[in-house]
Amino acid sequence: MGLDFSIVPKYLDILLLGVAWTVGITLAAALLSFVGGILFALVALYGPWLLRQPFRLVSWVFMGTPLLLQLFLIYFGLVQIGIDLPAFVAGSIGLGLHFAVYNSELIQAAILAVDRGQMEAARTLGLSRGQALRKVVVPQAVRAVIPPIGNNMIALLKDSALVSVIGVSELTLSAQRVIGKTYRPFEFYLAAAAFYYVINLCMEWVQRKIERRISVSR
Amino acid sequence: MAQNQPFVDIRHAQKSFGKVEVLKDISLTVERGQIVGIIGSSGSGKSTLLRAINDLDPLSGGEIWLDGVQVNKKLPHRQYEAHINALRQQVGMVFQHFNLFPHLSVRDNVTMAPMLLKNLSRAEANRLAEEQLDHVGMLERIEYYPSQLSGGQKQRVAIARALAMKPKLMLFDEATSALDPELVEEVNLVMKKLAEQHMTMIIVTHEMDFAASVCDRVLFMDKGVVVEEGPPQVIFKNPTQPRTREFLRKHIEGAS
Repeated sequence: MGLDFSIVPKYLDILLLGVAWTVGITLAAALLSFVGGILFALVALYGPWLLRQPFRLVSWVFMGTPLLLQLFLIYFGLVQIGIDLPAFVAGSIGLGLHFAVYNSELIQAAILAVDRGQMEAARTLGLSRGQALRKVVVPQAVRAVIPPIGNNMIALLKDSALVSVIGVSELTLSAQRVIGKTYRPFEFYLAAAAFYYVINLCMEWVQRKIERRISVSR
Repeated sequence: MAQNQPFVDIRHAQKSFGKVEVLKDISLTVERGQIVGIIGSSGSGKSTLLRAINDLDPLSGGEIWLDGVQVNKKLPHRQYEAHINALRQQVGMVFQHFNLFPHLSVRDNVTMAPMLLKNLSRAEANRLAEEQLDHVGMLERIEYYPSQLSGGQKQRVAIARALAMKPKLMLFDEATSALDPELVEEVNLVMKKLAEQHMTMIIVTHEMDFAASVCDRVLFMDKGVVVEEGPPQVIFKNPTQPRTREFLRKHIEGAS
């Protein structure tokens, strides 16, 4: 049985729908991971002791256990306590929180790397600690942290394939379904890989755009 | 009482970092419009004293009063923060390393605090920034970013940023120490201009000639105490204390 890629275009609609789901869940999770990452980092660095402890536990859980297990817990586990999330939402939350914890580590390091004089200068003008963080320290930290966070977002895209196990019809699951019909694993897994590659290129392009825009204002 | 009290009144200031006592019972008064220079070797406590005035380095003991209000008064944490933030709006500070905000343009460096704290509109803040930057000769660089400026230009913007809050008192913490020698003069000129407008200033400096030319009074600090103070003619020409003489002799040797 030789390779025959001419079969791929026939199932393109299913694959493209998978691409749409993959892009959608990646964007939703990326947004959550970014906002959550800033929030976690601020709590870890400046939060009161009582608030820091639960956040440390959450970080430990999300960094120390497999993402697959986390997805199972959120999708299947939470149902038992009456929280029945749609697969897409559960997947976005799982991926988002998982990467929020990693982003938080990067953001914390970047905030600590902002020169102490910046906080002092802002406070001297009369800004409160919160205002100084919001207007002076965090914007500089975010600029420094965009390249490594970009790497995390590419990892997030690849790990989004895991949400296939909770039934989100993203790219990998779509490819599997087509393979179920056609018995052509090589062609369709390769086609899926090509799509991942294209999405990756788009993400890198966006990242470069953002970096360029920021480097102008330095 | 309030009428007779000096504008800046430091009473028995004491400060320790762990076991090291960096300020030992310092008392100092500054009248409105006065310009006071503080000289001394590094580690003498002069920067710490300056930074205590706006509570960047809070004192361990003693009191600081500014215009009839005690800076370091005992208040619950939240109230104290509000009190200090309001007070700092009235005290401008200029740092050795400029500390401009690198992610903001020159304009936004100057407009940020007035817009945030005094609720100025964009247009009002812009007008204020243009006025202040013109004052320090940096108006034509208003759209630049700090990284595109020389050290002297950065420091002039930092002064404009502080002045935009319309402070009653300006603190200069070795404002020219990080500058190349040829850039010192442009910053000194801005400070002289401020002096002519009777801004109250406390200047920590290593520039003896500058201190001699603008200050009404000069303090020499060593090991956490004020060894000697007086008009610059006396401190620089006829110091009475051996430690002052020693410091000035070393400084002149070092400079030449």
